[in-house]
Amino acid sequence: MWTLAGRGWWRGRALAPWVTGAANMALPGPRPAPTRRAPAEFRASDRLSSSASLKEKLDMSIFPVENIRNFSIIAHVDHGKSTLADRLLELTGTIDKTKNNKQVLDKLQVERERGITVKAQTASLFYNCERKQYLLNLIDTPGHVDFSYEVSRSLSACQGVLLVVDANEIDLKNADPERVEKQIEKVFDIPSSECIKISAKLGTNVESVLQAVIERIPPPKVHRKNPLRALVFDSIFDQYRGVIANVALFDGVVSKGDKIISAYTQKTYEVNEVGILNPNEHSTHKLYAGQVGYLIAGMKDVTEAQIGDTLYLHKQPVEPLPGFKSAKPMVFAGMYPVDQSEYNNLKSAIEKLTLNDSSVTVHRDSCLALGAGWRLGFLGLLHMEVFNQRLEQEYNASVILTTPTVPYKAVLSSAKLIKEYGDKEITIINPAQFPDKSKVSEYLEPVVLGTIITPDEFTGKIMMLCQARRAIQKNMIFIDQNRVMLKYLFPLNEIVVDFYDSLKSLSSGYASFDYEDAGYQTAELVKMDILLNGNIVEELVTIVHKDKAHFVGKAICERLKDSLPRQLFEIAIQAAIGSKIIARETVKAYRKNVLAKCYGGDITRKMKLLKRQAEGKKKLRKIGNVEVPKDAFIKVLKTQSDK
Amino acid sequence: MAVPGARARGWAAAAKTAQRRRRVEDAGASPSPEMASRRAALYVHWPYCEKRCSYCNFNKYIPRGVQEAAMRNCLVTEAQTLLQLSGVRRVESVFFGGGTPSLASPHTVSAVLEAVARTAHLPADSEVTLEANPTSASGSRLAAFGAAGVNRLSIGLQSLDDSELQLLGRTHSADDALRTLAEARHLFPGRVSVDLMLGLPAQRVGPWIRQLQELLHHCDDHLSLYQLSLERGTALFAQVQQGALPAPDPELAAEMYQKGRAVLREAGFRQYEVSNFARNGALSTHNWTYWQCGQYLGVGPGAHGRFMLQGTGSHTREARIQTLEPDNWMKEVMLSGHGTRKRVPLGKLELLEEVLAMGLRTDVGITHQHWQQFEPQLTLNDVFGASEEVKLLLEQGLLLLDDRGLRCSWEGLAVLDSLLLTLLPRLQEAWQQGTPSLVPGG
Repeated sequence: MWTLAGRGWWRGRALAPWVTGAANMALPGPRPAPTRRAPAEFRASDRLSSSASLKEKLDMSIFPVENIRNFSIIAHVDHGKSTLADRLLELTGTIDKTKNNKQVLDKLQVERERGITVKAQTASLFYNCERKQYLLNLIDTPGHVDFSYEVSRSLSACQGVLLVVDANEIDLKNADPERVEKQIEKVFDIPSSECIKISAKLGTNVESVLQAVIERIPPPKVHRKNPLRALVFDSIFDQYRGVIANVALFDGVVSKGDKIISAYTQKTYEVNEVGILNPNEHSTHKLYAGQVGYLIAGMKDVTEAQIGDTLYLHKQPVEPLPGFKSAKPMVFAGMYPVDQSEYNNLKSAIEKLTLNDSSVTVHRDSCLALGAGWRLGFLGLLHMEVFNQRLEQEYNASVILTTPTVPYKAVLSSAKLIKEYGDKEITIINPAQFPDKSKVSEYLEPVVLGTIITPDEFTGKIMMLCQARRAIQKNMIFIDQNRVMLKYLFPLNEIVVDFYDSLKSLSSGYASFDYEDAGYQTAELVKMDILLNGNIVEELVTIVHKDKAHFVGKAICERLKDSLPRQLFEIAIQAAIGSKIIARETVKAYRKNVLAKCYGGDITRKMKLLKRQAEGKKKLRKIGNVEVPKDAFIKVLKTQSDK
Repeated sequence: MAVPGARARGWAAAAKTAQRRRRVEDAGASPSPEMASRRAALYVHWPYCEKRCSYCNFNKYIPRGVQEAAMRNCLVTEAQTLLQLSGVRRVESVFFGGGTPSLASPHTVSAVLEAVARTAHLPADSEVTLEANPTSASGSRLAAFGAAGVNRLSIGLQSLDDSELQLLGRTHSADDALRTLAEARHLFPGRVSVDLMLGLPAQRVGPWIRQLQELLHHCDDHLSLYQLSLERGTALFAQVQQGALPAPDPELAAEMYQKGRAVLREAGFRQYEVSNFARNGALSTHNWTYWQCGQYLGVGPGAHGRFMLQGTGSHTREARIQTLEPDNWMKEVMLSGHGTRKRVPLGKLELLEEVLAMGLRTDVGITHQHWQQFEPQLTLNDVFGASEEVKLLLEQGLLLLDDRGLRCSWEGLAVLDSLLLTLLPRLQEAWQQGTPSLVPGG
């Protein structure tokens, strides 16, 4: 493993963990919310040793700015970022040195299972070097593109980063240090002399990383005497104490009792508690410029502590820190309880999870087949999966998630509709609300700029895949002798469901994929209905590009055919755009459905089976005369891919 | 264990004469001097086989050596015990099933029959069927079974195609089966049944129909057509799962079934049940008892029974299952006279559900008189007459409800299980409305 500590070189570049030249270029960490106090959650602090914990309130004034270093670690997934973090925590005495320290900063089950960081974590490390006491703040950020905004805010609290590159990924047969060295020089312009060769697993040479952090990363340029200017770079919700905001002080001092104001909401709060995270909360008297820690100030909702917001003292307004944006969902999906009797439990679980994650948008929704539920908006697909997994793991909720869709837009031409919506341009997050073409001057679809890095032998196949997904090539360069970087403009809906899987499978896992928001483009979108014996199935209404309608319609009909049981009459499954049928499948009527042998020994079993089937029949949803099991649509919705 | 005495030999001899004389004209209407609770059919399970068939998930065992004397003693003991518990006075049919009961010695068969005849009345014209496997049923053995009291044979022929027989894991060839069939017809004229399977992996409609037509040249007056159902835990199931064999095509099986029933109708057979066809009145009275929800006793490992207990003051029928595993079953029989593992009282509604589900499998369906024997209050018209869903089935021509009773049409019989999903909930509903004060099972 090589680490590079440096300043400034990463600024102005898109943060790109994939450049490390690793074999397994999976997308790194995401970011739903951490709930340090959530009861169902595993707490890292439970494992922290007493020797490392701080029993008394620290006086943080003993750390002048010049003795502070704020840094982050950037690495590809599985390259050892968490292992290095564990070693750094051990080396500075923050945690005990035991064999059990694995992914100490990744507290959530989903983080541990997936080996990703979902939620930023901060660890303040105390380190003595040449008789000086240093305060080293390690800000562990998520890495996945879904969370790029959060990452950018976390990084704005840092003055430098460690880039961790695994030079010896075991499953990469053609990897070697020389090649990694060349790539680093080529991609980052970092001379190989700046690399520190370490083994985080064994702890070899890790101490020199700390020394490099002190030597090469500059202290923050801040002023203790200026009025308070604090960046909120993350926030979590604690059911007893309210919102706990992670803050980095750019200027000034904050202490308990201070009156502070949010630059975004303009609300005033009184500070109840400040402290540092090492990595569990430890309250301090004050926090000073350059320092990183937490702050509790009676905020009731994480939306009051938005990431990127600036906090300042009452009557001492400051210029807000640059770069603030509200969270913008990219992917929407319906979420329903598997059983309607679970509605209230699921509602409370969603409320609790979103308390910690203001980037999830929640709208109530309902449909005939699935009952009452919600339409949730997520930053991306991984964000959605993580949210779902956390609901299941931390709240034991069992949910139906419908096919993700992207936020389409329609530019309305009908004056009546414009009046009704109060705007000429509307965003459609639910296909059922797609306005008719006659009332629309144009439809828009979200697009993203995707970056693919692949060994060149897969380039041809990947280009064909991209073309099939309606992507437009923007760039293609060789980053070394056998690696190609491709840039494509993708319609977001083309990559939302299964693009990443397809890419991985056709490149034997070698190609990596990353994307960033690139606005909207005009698109010929149509609303496609699915009909059963002539009756529309509401939950299967799909928005699709005109060129893909036949393909998608056929795929849905085929899947539906596989999941609809035969009945005593024939069932026509049709995909239609308006009144035009574009695909059809038929479920034939039962010709034989009777148990062949039914003698004395078979009766009990047969009656049981019949009664169970009769019970099940009662729960079927009827569309016209067609009886549909609930899971039939779920199967179609879940596996629907917009190829 | 009593050695079969003069009385048993006498019974067997009488039965031998009777089987020539007797013709069941309408199995459902055989009059009997005893009341229904004193009559029963008797099933005897022989749990051993020579070899495992690839499709079979029945309760059977491939033993190293069978302790036949012990097994015989236990079958006799349990038959006597259950007859006593049930208070059954008249046994109207005996069926030796398995396993492969033709592997048992004729002596065992006669011992059981003799015990039954000692404990209850076993009329000389009672139907006594033995399931026979072509390889274990040479002509001389069949004759010995006949001497022991067997008067009807059911031959597991399954197919007339040797490669299909091999696929099914059968130990016989098509020629073996036809030879056995000829010998059986010679010994038990008019009282031999054969099984033919349909819907095997890779089986095609045309060749199968030709098998059936070929079989018609050889068979007697009774035939059963069974669609293969792939059962978990069988070799065939595993082979299909692994992709070594194609999954049976239900469409083709349906076609075989429909064409097969038509061929048999042409040949003068009456389809008196979903899978059973008879001409010249050669219906199986034993199986008819199951479909008419008559009482039956189950003797032997894993056997099922349905009967009322005598002398308990209760009028509730019980569903009984005997212990599955032969050695454990034998221990229990030796210890307490029977190896009943599970007893479940059948509620009145449950019994009616069985009357409905089993009765509709037959061509006569459920007559009003038959229904009334089980439910004197609610008529079939009360239950089904007003239901919109049932009306739809009547309109579709799948079901008939008229002066005779409720029954499936020719088309309806093939999709009975789907019809029952409408009929059973309707019965429950009517029962709950019609008898608010009655406790089911009371």
